[in-house]
Amino acid sequence: MKLYRDLTIRQKQIAWAWAFLAIPVLFYGIIRFYPTGNAILISFQDWNLLGARTWTGLENYEKLFADPVFWKVFRNTFVYLLLGTPISLVISFVIAYHLDKTRFLHGFLRMLYFLPFMTSAVAMAWVWRWFYQPVPIGLFNNFLASLGIAQINFLNSTTNALPSILAPAVWAGLGFQIIIFMAGLRAIPRSYYEAARIDGVSSWTVLWEITLPLLKPTIVFIVVFSSIGFLRIFDHVYNMTTQNPGGPLNSTKPLVLMIYETAFSSFDMGYAAAQTVVLFLILLAVSLLQLRILRDR
Amino acid sequence: MKLSRMRALALASATSVAALVGSAANAVEIEYWQYFFDARVTAMEQLIENFQAANPDITVKMTHFPYADYRTKVAAAIPAGEGPDVVQLFYGWLNDYVQAELIQPLPADVFPAAEIDEQFFPMVQAMKDGDQYWALPTAVRSLALFYNERLLDEAGVEPPTNLEELVSVAEATTKRDGAGNITQVGLTAGMTAQDHHWWREVLVRQFGGEPYLDDYRTVNYNNDAGIAALEFYADLFMGDTPVTAIGFMDEPQAAFKAGRAALHIDGSFRIGALADIRGLKWGVVELPAGPDGTESNYSSYWVNAITTKAEGEKYDAAVKFMEYITSDEAMQIWLDVVGELPAKPSVGMTEANANDPVFGPFIRGLEYAHTTKFVDESAQRQLMVEAVERMQLQGMSAADSLAVAAEAEQKLLDEYYND
Repeated sequence: MKLYRDLTIRQKQIAWAWAFLAIPVLFYGIIRFYPTGNAILISFQDWNLLGARTWTGLENYEKLFADPVFWKVFRNTFVYLLLGTPISLVISFVIAYHLDKTRFLHGFLRMLYFLPFMTSAVAMAWVWRWFYQPVPIGLFNNFLASLGIAQINFLNSTTNALPSILAPAVWAGLGFQIIIFMAGLRAIPRSYYEAARIDGVSSWTVLWEITLPLLKPTIVFIVVFSSIGFLRIFDHVYNMTTQNPGGPLNSTKPLVLMIYETAFSSFDMGYAAAQTVVLFLILLAVSLLQLRILRDR
Repeated sequence: MKLSRMRALALASATSVAALVGSAANAVEIEYWQYFFDARVTAMEQLIENFQAANPDITVKMTHFPYADYRTKVAAAIPAGEGPDVVQLFYGWLNDYVQAELIQPLPADVFPAAEIDEQFFPMVQAMKDGDQYWALPTAVRSLALFYNERLLDEAGVEPPTNLEELVSVAEATTKRDGAGNITQVGLTAGMTAQDHHWWREVLVRQFGGEPYLDDYRTVNYNNDAGIAALEFYADLFMGDTPVTAIGFMDEPQAAFKAGRAALHIDGSFRIGALADIRGLKWGVVELPAGPDGTESNYSSYWVNAITTKAEGEKYDAAVKFMEYITSDEAMQIWLDVVGELPAKPSVGMTEANANDPVFGPFIRGLEYAHTTKFVDESAQRQLMVEAVERMQLQGMSAADSLAVAAEAEQKLLDEYYND
């Protein structure tokens, strides 16, 4: 107590600040940074979850880079990212832009778009999985069959499966992005639009010169956010291909699913940790790159 | 006054502590862990009740949790001195548990190896190391051919007994729409379900091969027998008149449940799920025999073992409990409640059980069943799934596709056994 009494006001403030900060610091330290550090450690070890951990040096990384499945999965992960992010960005902006101008049933429409985001990804993935089935149970193929059109192999195909899984994932994320875009649109001062109207500028120019530049922070946020989401895609893929996860022939397998399988079905924790470290580095690089490119200069 | 009250309090608490310790010495509590599956939990509750009635000084506490968390929890609990004294594990995990020193061998005086060799079905010997057993099952599972009675009657055919009949019955019961799309399959197919076991342990043997050598350490199906077996299997859905389709109605068992499949190969664990389907009349026969009459089957099982955590009186109690859950009585209860087959011929091959219309074919199958020693079952299954996919989606020949699978599987086996 005496020690505390002797402190200056400034020192007391610092002591209190740290006392309050201690909770988040401890939280981050124990819940986030400790496991992260541990994962990096395990990536240099061999561990089957039951026995002792043994040091193996870089063996897990060597195995990873020599594994053709890893490179296939690496490619898939970037296909999810490079298709998913731009497509969902454009669609959500178009919808938000028009929804913002719509007065009729505005709240109801907004709810309809937001609803998929609130739905459990697992339930949604299973429903879509059944939509995609061949006859006699698949909705899409039954429709095609009733028109006399040949069947489309949605999921049992090395080329169609990835886009088929990506589609509901994009759809599910739209609601959130639309809401963010609408908030961004509302934040643009009306006076700019009024000034543009007085000057008699075309609506295309208004969009290009006023709306989009002022939406830049929103776009940066959505791009970073959805990129991380697509790089970490798992639920949709796993649930739409449960019996043959990431199949057929690994054509839909993203990195996270590979990590999950290595860890919790093959129990090769060291190898899984090495994959996790690689994923972490990819996420870090992609996020830094995007922040750099899209930052205000 | 105050002092005496305190003394009385101290005395009272001392006696109650002594009483607690005393009662703990008489009543041992041991813990039993298994994964959650409704019927298994019910059966185990019954077994525990009977066991406790016979051994009033022992209480057994059962803990169960989802299959997905099972291994992680067991692995974390036992080294920490927590968790089960008796644990249930899949036969394929035994090596990992032994190497991690999570379980201890069963005492040879209570479980003499020679006696067990004689009393249990032969595949249980995979649990033996030298002259002692590490673990023992209460029940085992095998495969059989389920058939839809209504669909077979409609087509006027009898349940098949060999592969030739299997194909002809499947052809007779397959239905197509105007565009040639299959709307009802004669036989379900999918390596993701039980077919990889059927192919590995049954078809390969029936076409004259032996899937593995050296106690399942060497892949031996990359030869004429293996190719013939794979071609036979692939012809079912890739031939000129396919009788099935991969992924038909999403899952083989779903198609059979929905009455859209005439024949379906599955394990004895499916009996319970099918019994409740309204309007589905089904029967079971043994797996079809091969071209030269060879019969084979695949069997798997869950075993119970004593963990390294059990010591002293808990160990003695655990041994008693193990004795009970591997007894004839326990096996019959397990069969009646869960539908899993007794691990001893003396229980399984009784007149009533072996001639049971539902359990009979499974139990008879046990006599010629093989148990694959998997090192990573899901990874090894995946290789079979991909062998078929390479043929179907990439047009690879059976021989080439099988060679890729064999090489990959050998690599998996080598990695495991050379560690």
